[in-house]
Amino acid sequence: MDTIKIIGAIMLVMGAFSLLVAAIGLLRMPDVYNRVQTGTKASTLGAIVSFIGVGLFKFDSWSDGNWIGRVIILIIFILLTNPVSSHVLMRAAYFMKVPLWEKTKVDKLKVDIDNNVVKEPENE
Amino acid sequence: MINAETIVYVAVAIMMLAMLLATVRFVKGPSVVDRVVAFDSLTITSLVIISVIAALSNRMIYFDVAIVYGLLSFIGVIVVAKYIQKGL
Repeated sequence: MDTIKIIGAIMLVMGAFSLLVAAIGLLRMPDVYNRVQTGTKASTLGAIVSFIGVGLFKFDSWSDGNWIGRVIILIIFILLTNPVSSHVLMRAAYFMKVPLWEKTKVDKLKVDIDNNVVKEPENE
Repeated sequence: MINAETIVYVAVAIMMLAMLLATVRFVKGPSVVDRVVAFDSLTITSLVIISVIAALSNRMIYFDVAIVYGLLSFIGVIVVAKYIQKGL
């Protein structure tokens, strides 16, 4: 039983390291879009690994509570909502005309706007 | 024999360092979207810290606080994005 607790604590350290990498990426990336990408992906991975670690850390009290159910609910929730919010945010940044990095090569949303596949949102 | 709670405290220290770096981006950020992303990252890190506090103090009800906080953060980010995009 003690070994499982130590495994859970080590998984917490791994998740915390991933969250730290996400924060360093937020500081060092040159562009809004790169920052959104780094911050959301790495912090999603770190949060999921950390929640699994918390679940393993409380392994001995699964019988007298709903720890496992709540951990699974929280993991599924993070996994569903975090990419959606980052996508909506990046699209809003694009239509707000935040400038891209000067070394950007590919801009597929501009191609779609030029071909009238996607329309810019109108001011209501 | 290694104590498991000591490793958990080390993990919480690393998370606090990550929150500090994200706060620097939140203060510096040139555009609104930078600040929203930094705030989102702060929210996820504090979700993990809340769940660690729930595990260490052995109270299951703190986990519900984490769930509701995650829900409110998601709705807040969506609302800010719609507002920026002139859609609200």
